Amino acid sequence: MTLPITGTPALWLAIVFGFIFGLLLHRGGVTSYDVIVNQFRLRDFTVLKIMFTAIVIGGIGVAVLHGFNHANYHIKPANMLGVTLGAAIFGVGMVVYGYCPGTGLAAAATGSIHALVGALGMLAGGLVYGLSFSWVNQHILSVGALGKIRLPEVTHLPDAVWLAALLVIALVVFAIVTRIERTRQHAA
Amino acid sequence: MNTNSSTSTGVPTAVAPAPAHGWLVSPRWNPYIVGVLLGVLSWTVFAVVDKPLGVSTSVSAASGAVCELFGYDTAANSYWKKVVPRWDYGMLFLVGTMLGAAASALLSRSWRVEVVPSVWKQHFGASGAARLLVAFIGGALIMYGARMADGCTSGHGISGSLQLAVSSWTFFLTMFASGLLTAFVMFKLIPSRSQS
Repeated sequence: MTLPITGTPALWLAIVFGFIFGLLLHRGGVTSYDVIVNQFRLRDFTVLKIMFTAIVIGGIGVAVLHGFNHANYHIKPANMLGVTLGAAIFGVGMVVYGYCPGTGLAAAATGSIHALVGALGMLAGGLVYGLSFSWVNQHILSVGALGKIRLPEVTHLPDAVWLAALLVIALVVFAIVTRIERTRQHAA
Repeated sequence: MNTNSSTSTGVPTAVAPAPAHGWLVSPRWNPYIVGVLLGVLSWTVFAVVDKPLGVSTSVSAASGAVCELFGYDTAANSYWKKVVPRWDYGMLFLVGTMLGAAASALLSRSWRVEVVPSVWKQHFGASGAARLLVAFIGGALIMYGARMADGCTSGHGISGSLQLAVSSWTFFLTMFASGLLTAFVMFKLIPSRSQS
């Protein structure tokens, strides 16, 4: 069997991988509005724990695969104005909606009606984006377009250093979060 | 969370579910374990189909499909010429995501209709119409923002950050800061509707 798998078999795998993704989002608790919103209120650290762990574990694994030529990088272009402005809008939307795109769709499938209505809002947002794309492309995406760059290249530090640093930061953050949770439990 | 039944005397009628299968029906897993499994899923997806995990591109492709329903020619649009509305890998991944979440909720008996979540209710009241309207607006905002940034929490937040992309870390940190500020405005500055 040669990798990567393409064509029709890849389409079946899309459903399998998506299924696992949706299952993990639900079991992780992030199909809950309360869990996500309380992350941004710093009252629940589930989102941070899941994402940071996924980034560190995923990062180490993908770097190893890449080192052995078993994986390609897929870097999104650093269009600095577009990314910053888009992320700022996204952050507002994420707290207002209480979900991100993946968790919103997953939550809708677990019976959340407001997540479903928000998913219709997502379709509307995508529609407005498609219709405004040529303007955005010309006036926003072209500003500060640095290309498909990675932190190791920009800082001239090897991948291993970055990943090791992320691992250490993650462990420190998790230790602090655990401490905060314990203190709050005692206070309650 | 009424997963185990008990009699009116409060004595459990049955012993706890078989421990070997407990994790299968447990509605909530340890977040660190979920994070590890998501990390392993990302390796698998990178190696097997040579694609990163991502959601928002295909949602905007679905928006194009909606436009087509109204007779709009997406082939003439500079965005949907690139992000073609069709049943491709990314779109089927979304179908899988919804199936997986639904199966997980049914299996753990936590599938339930929710119109107004409890944190919202505490602060902004029990009105379903208000919550649905705001959810719609929020949904539109995340998708517009995600497309402008070229990724969302999955494409940038997880897949991009783990590849140490400059764009993705910029997205992740900016999004988080913006979310913290928004939560402060919504939950601290706006007075709570119901006292609790």
